[in-house]
Amino acid sequence: MRRAAGLALATIALIATGIWIGFNVNLLPVVASANAPVYDDLFKLLFSIGIILFVGITIVLVYSLFKFRRRVGDQGDGLAIEGNLPLEIVWTAIPAVVVLFIGIYSYDIYERMGGMTSFHDHSAMLAGASDNASGIGAELASNIEVKAHPEIANTEQGKRYWAGIASMDDPDNKTLPVDVTAMQFAFIFHYPEGNITSGELHVSAGQPVQLRMEARDVIHAFWVPQFRLKQDIIPGQPTLLSFTPTKPGTYPIVCAELCGPYHGGMRTNVVVHDPDSFQTWLDQNRQPAISA
Amino acid sequence: MTIANPNDFNEPLQPSGWLRYFSFSLDHKVIGIQYLVCGFIFYLIGGALAGVIRVELASPISDFVSRDTYNEVLTLHGTIMIFLWIVPVVNGGFGNYLIPFYVGARDMAFPRLNAVAFWMIPPAGMLLISSYFLAGAAAQSGWTAYPPLSLTTPAAGQVVWILSVLLLGGSSIFGAINFIATVLKLRRPGLKLMQLPMYCWAMLGTSILAVLSTPVLAGTLILLSFDIIAHTGFFNPTLGGNVVVYQHLFWFYSHPAVYIMVLPAFGLVSEILPVHARKPLFGYVTMVYSIMAIVFLGLIVWAHHMFTSGTPPWMRLFFTIATSFIAVPTGIKFFNWLATLWGGRIAINSAMLFACAFILNFVFGGITGVALAQVPFDIHVHDTYFVVGHFHYIVYGGTVFVIFSSLYHWYPKFTGRLLNEDLGRLHFLLTFIGFNLCFLPQHWLGLNGMPRRVAEYDPAFTTLNQISSVGALLMAISTLPLLINVVVTAFKGEIAGDNPWNALTPEWLTSSPPPVENWPGEAPLVKEPYGYGHTEPALAQEATP
Amino acid sequence: MTTSPVQTASEPNPSPSGQANAPLSIETSELPLDHSHGAHLDVRMFGLATFLVADGMTFAGFFAAYLTFRAVNPLPPGSNYELELILPTINTVILIISSFTFHRAGKECRADRLGASRVWLAITGALGAAFLAGQMVEYFSLPFGLTENLFASTFYALTGFHGLHVTLGVICIAIVALQTHRGGQVTAANHFGLEAAELYWHFVDVIWVVLFGLLYLL
Ligand code: HEA
Ligand code: HEA
Ligand code: CUA
Ligand SMILES: [Cu+2]
Repeated sequence: MRRAAGLALATIALIATGIWIGFNVNLLPVVASANAPVYDDLFKLLFSIGIILFVGITIVLVYSLFKFRRRVGDQGDGLAIEGNLPLEIVWTAIPAVVVLFIGIYSYDIYERMGGMTSFHDHSAMLAGASDNASGIGAELASNIEVKAHPEIANTEQGKRYWAGIASMDDPDNKTLPVDVTAMQFAFIFHYPEGNITSGELHVSAGQPVQLRMEARDVIHAFWVPQFRLKQDIIPGQPTLLSFTPTKPGTYPIVCAELCGPYHGGMRTNVVVHDPDSFQTWLDQNRQPAISA
Repeated sequence: MTIANPNDFNEPLQPSGWLRYFSFSLDHKVIGIQYLVCGFIFYLIGGALAGVIRVELASPISDFVSRDTYNEVLTLHGTIMIFLWIVPVVNGGFGNYLIPFYVGARDMAFPRLNAVAFWMIPPAGMLLISSYFLAGAAAQSGWTAYPPLSLTTPAAGQVVWILSVLLLGGSSIFGAINFIATVLKLRRPGLKLMQLPMYCWAMLGTSILAVLSTPVLAGTLILLSFDIIAHTGFFNPTLGGNVVVYQHLFWFYSHPAVYIMVLPAFGLVSEILPVHARKPLFGYVTMVYSIMAIVFLGLIVWAHHMFTSGTPPWMRLFFTIATSFIAVPTGIKFFNWLATLWGGRIAINSAMLFACAFILNFVFGGITGVALAQVPFDIHVHDTYFVVGHFHYIVYGGTVFVIFSSLYHWYPKFTGRLLNEDLGRLHFLLTFIGFNLCFLPQHWLGLNGMPRRVAEYDPAFTTLNQISSVGALLMAISTLPLLINVVVTAFKGEIAGDNPWNALTPEWLTSSPPPVENWPGEAPLVKEPYGYGHTEPALAQEATP
Repeated sequence: MTTSPVQTASEPNPSPSGQANAPLSIETSELPLDHSHGAHLDVRMFGLATFLVADGMTFAGFFAAYLTFRAVNPLPPGSNYELELILPTINTVILIISSFTFHRAGKECRADRLGASRVWLAITGALGAAFLAGQMVEYFSLPFGLTENLFASTFYALTGFHGLHVTLGVICIAIVALQTHRGGQVTAANHFGLEAAELYWHFVDVIWVVLFGLLYLL
């Protein structure tokens, strides 16, 4: 009885410690976008569960190595226990429940980050993009049409979009569209509004941004650790990525897909302005529209 | 009693003595050793390449080797470690040596195919490495060889890489066919499937995976080579091809490949733990089912490597759930091992130290794996050092630790001599510390913004990278006691006797090293390979020093 | 070692000095030294079947790639990939018939009518060669080349890889036919070569039928 109570107590202590560490030890960089805190919620949960499992298993292992070590001269065998069905059911069920819980929770997180966007709720499509812009789920459907009309396959009309995270709450339609071209070994940002071309990404805190990304040569990936966002940019697959920066500052943009010898040098910055200074930046860099 | 040697293929003209290890021998024990030694040489080469990586990364600028060379080095490192070290050693090496003993046969089902499978490896390995010197440049698009990058880097090196991987894949398929046939068809009369040692089940599962998935890789690489040589456009977007299809096909092999690397290791651990804990393997039946569950799940989770490749949301979700569930059968195995230890009489020797450290390392790597399986989590850390940390915890902390453990356990079987324990413990200590020092910080690096496959990085990450490099140095040093131990012991080691561990699995019920025909007489029928403690344990005996 | 552990007859631990005295749970008996043809044939056919599963997976990978390309990648405007149906249909029929003729050859062989078996083998080989010839004719009459477009490349890769298998099969048939002729390498009692070739040939046929359905009919 006392042993059972001790065991229960130890388990509770372990779980409490795990949760405390998970929620109080921060291993992640600064939070600078709207979906970063959502991501961090998931991280804290995973970190807690990980600590509990790992520390728990370590304790059991080290304890049994110590407790059941063979004494000098002992030639005997241990107990001939070959299995224990209830016990085995328990340790099948617990991980199953845990992973199910993790899976459902991360689905919820993903939904909140905007990853589950389907074709239909694209209220916030790019101004210039066609109605065909979609996640790949709808991409197959739209593709059939394109095949039927090969002549439009390469026009703006027929262009299909792949989506990483593509939805946003944008009731006032304030989204800032930016075209991104990735090439060996640079990102080029182009602002349709104002016809600005830049090597750095400038955005305004609080204003949603939608990137329309294309790759020139090989696969690259757009990653801003402080935004907790990453999306491959694959040649032949124009891709949308949406986010809302929240914290002014300068953060690195890192290419995260091996793209050649200078892959490691393919980095630039994203500058998150406060709204006023962003307006200033826009005004200073605005180019007169060139008539074609 | 005279027994006709059933190995009618063992022609008398086969060389004997050490020369036989350089011959086209058909003896499964010789082939097993050939795999082990050959694999270990490639481990040293792959490790030396890792050394180049870690020296380069000791400073944030690209200064030690040129950028192209860095990519060649990391490609060769990944390819060599996977295809020439881990896969051949845990499958071909220990598999060939042990499986015939375990099923009570005198050899594998197809000895000739077996020898062919082995002898495909050295040429393939030499081809791969020589591409660095001969073809002008080795492949430099990573071990994943994603197009279009692999179509634009120097063609000769990439083609040689493909050729070499095709050869190694073929070798792996032949080996797998042999294992399946041996386990299912060559069992001695009276031996039931559910009486086989666990390693047989692990090899059966592994071989099923290899037979089902390796050919897909072969087909994919053939298409890739067409793209390079004949300028077709399967994976070339400028010619209308689709690069994501390559990724699907590649990972359809390469995810199962990670279980091809780890299931045999699970099997080996299941043999080692009961012997040194002197207890039956806990939960034999659930162990068998969990292996098969891992095989099944392993085939349907590949797209978790492609969460940022623009796959449809439903697909990401499916692969998240399927991947997470692998934790369940894997967890069963780990809890069963812990239960095997519980209440035993555990001998804490080098074999056990490595085996127990394997449990810790793998659980750590498995937990980060389950985290990676969550799409939103993976979006941040994909292609970063977090992933590098994850898989080195598994491939090194898991499989390589098991290989070392197995070496201490079966070396007396191979040679009749015991490896030195003091050197063994030193080896363990250096490896364990070096390993954690090297790979633990990488998780933090990944979370905070260091991508993988880079020769230069943000100077903010310098300190942690240097710690990691020191860890790698320790690991390099740790190979010294091992090498000394293996070489010196072979000549001067303590004589082990036939069964130094008092083990019950069949390979120990013959002389060490065993005769060509495995047993001088009949093959024993071992119905309970883990029957420890069934009768009164032997009376405790004071060992006189 | 000055003292040796006390050992009882039923003790599970073999003595540390090393003789493997068998513990209780271990019985010994003769190995299956019986290398009679039946058992051996069984293992070899099993090995071949496993290999064919692997080979089938290569095709499965190609098929999956082909289907995905079709579903996702539009062809460039104006590209031509119309396929004639007549010749491939004839080819399909030829290949299916050849499966039956091979089956017949096997039956004759098992009934120890080697002469008849050889004739049926020859017919099968001829049908296989006819298939290959038909394939060649088709290749030369097609309006597109290997690198024309994605569909063309996939078409040639799939049919070419299959054609390679047929070629190999024809060579095997030739060898087996020779073996029924000479030296008693293939006889009613020992016909592994023939059975293996037959299994392989049926496999190649089945693959073709799937391939035909996917490439020409879908
Ligand atoms: C032997 C090799 C091996 C093994 C066994 C594994 C096992 C696992 N791996 Fe890993 N993995 C690799 C080798 C391996 N991996 C490699 C080489 C890469 C990188 C490839 C590249 O890009 O170059 C990679 C990458 C990789 C990724 C892609 C990351 C990315 O690129 O973004 C993912 C994502 O899901 C993943 C997940 C997993 C999971 C869930 C397991 C699971 O099988 C782990 C299951 C085990 C446990 C969970 C521990 C024991 C269980 C318990 C104690 C029960 C309780 C646990 C819970 C309830 C959680 N791995
Ligand atoms: C499968 C097994 C495996 C093993 C065992 C290892 C072992 C090691 N690996 Fe590796 N690794 C991979 C598989 C493996 N790796 C893969 C698949 C990749 C991905 C590649 C890619 O991105 O494409 C990778 C990538 C990889 C990277 C990331 C590179 C990058 O992304 O830029 C790093 C960086 O630290 C690294 C380090 C190490 C180290 C320090 C070891 C150490 O554990 C090695 C320890 C061993 C030694 C140090 C040997 C000691 C011997 C000597 C030194 C003797 C000297 C020899 C001669 C003179 C000939 N590995
Ligand atoms: Cu662009 Cu890496
Ligand atoms: Cu995987």
